[in-house]
Amino acid sequence: MPVTNYKTNQEFFVDMQRCIGCKACEMACAECETNGHESMIHVNYIDRAVTIQTTVQVCMHCDDPACANVCPADAISKDEFGVVHTANTARCIGCSNCVMACPFGVPKKNEAYDLMMKCNMCYDRTSAGKKPMCATVCPTQALYYGTREEMAMMRPNSSPVNNFIFGNEKVSTKVNIMMPKGATELRVD
Amino acid sequence: MVFSLNKKALTNAIVVSLITIALVFYGSRKLQNFDPALIAYLFGTVFAFFGVVYRYSVWLQRPPTRMYFRRSLELIYNRKFFSHLVFFIKDFILNIGFQKFIYPRGRSRWIGHFLMAFGCTLAFAITFPLTFGWIHFTMNPATSIDPESIRLYEAHFFGFKIFEFELGSFIAFTVFHALNWSSWMVIIGVLIFMRRRLTQPGLIATQSFEGDLLPLVLLLAISITGLGLTYSYEFMKGFAYDFMAVTHAITVIMFLIWIPFGKFFHIIQRPAQLGAHIYKREGIKRGMAVCPHTGKEFATQMHIDDLKVVTKELGFDFTLEDGTSHLDLSPEGKRSRLAMAHLKARLENGGKLFG
Repeated sequence: MPVTNYKTNQEFFVDMQRCIGCKACEMACAECETNGHESMIHVNYIDRAVTIQTTVQVCMHCDDPACANVCPADAISKDEFGVVHTANTARCIGCSNCVMACPFGVPKKNEAYDLMMKCNMCYDRTSAGKKPMCATVCPTQALYYGTREEMAMMRPNSSPVNNFIFGNEKVSTKVNIMMPKGATELRVD
Repeated sequence: MVFSLNKKALTNAIVVSLITIALVFYGSRKLQNFDPALIAYLFGTVFAFFGVVYRYSVWLQRPPTRMYFRRSLELIYNRKFFSHLVFFIKDFILNIGFQKFIYPRGRSRWIGHFLMAFGCTLAFAITFPLTFGWIHFTMNPATSIDPESIRLYEAHFFGFKIFEFELGSFIAFTVFHALNWSSWMVIIGVLIFMRRRLTQPGLIATQSFEGDLLPLVLLLAISITGLGLTYSYEFMKGFAYDFMAVTHAITVIMFLIWIPFGKFFHIIQRPAQLGAHIYKREGIKRGMAVCPHTGKEFATQMHIDDLKVVTKELGFDFTLEDGTSHLDLSPEGKRSRLAMAHLKARLENGGKLFG
């Protein structure tokens, strides 16, 4: 990678309860140059039958990414800042192993390109010291990119959590999800 | 980092290298048709074969790759083999021959890649057999001694005459300059890709010099020095021919030696894409997996089952308390489950929004 101005004191914080489903992040995500102008962020209804609550999902940038481990082509790499990069276009064989193995359901397979694509935390921007596109446009700050101190000041009743339990597997991530004060992990299932 | 040799890969690489050397020996009729001027290219090629087979063998031992490889072997012994073979041939022409999957990513990108791929493949098809002494050219003896007759040139493959053509004819011009045509294709392709890499911010942010730009520079150097050889003897009466020949040899040998290590390895990896297509095709026939959250089909059941095995081999265990797996969920189902877990955690904490 070229010389960067990546700010290691800045982190990504996702607060699902604040998502209003406006999809501004989807539009902004498509502005990211490293995605080839494809929107990678996911905005979903949690359970449309019982609630109108929406949720937003960016790549969590796992410490030990399942997507990279299951890639048969060594197409996914993690850099020195912990950013898990989207598939190397020359190597990706479009098998979808990463799409199905990611515990957060993040990677997308673009069938026409025969290529997996995913959020790489707007590396064109973050490597230049800027915030990811989605975090700059989110009107409710469900997506926030800044320092841990800023977050502690803004959300005194919340704790950033980056440990997730999926059955027998504990997954640690670079991206945080805001939880009620004092929580240290989120048990998914 | 501790470096250790992979014995299986080393054995495969040595065996393939020895077979190549044996084929060079016998294919050139015990070196009778071998051109000693190409010896350095031969060393480079044998090393490239060694490195490619070594890396490929190591690659096939990784759990996800091994799983796909094992499934591919199963399909060879499957009664649907011929159906898959027909699909494979069609897919090979479209996706390896014409790189169809690149076109939707951008037209100029496809043109550039196609020109580079076609130019390189043509060059490989010509230079490898030439270097190995499998192809050589001779004058037709009957026509060469009679100054009045039309001079015929003969092409031999493995020592057998395969065709002949008139010297000075269109065919002769095309054949003798085939590497020049491939050079022009590569040069145009490289320039299109260099423009992309030097102007697109997304690529500038993520590319590396040795991984992305150097391969282009190397291809350009090979093509220009290759064209320089023709330019030297056609237009400069052989001036600087030695210099061109040496620089061309150096750049080509660097390219060959680098194939197993760098970006060019994707040429060897790419056909695995066809395997992935056949795997999906076979999987669809066997049945689809239905997401327990969305109730919709999202992948083949074979894929999900294989992935459970592969993730366990890699040290991930997504098994849930009830014996099912988190991997049974579709990507959308997984995202929803995460959000539902978050909602549950909030409800357990009094249900109020927290700030």
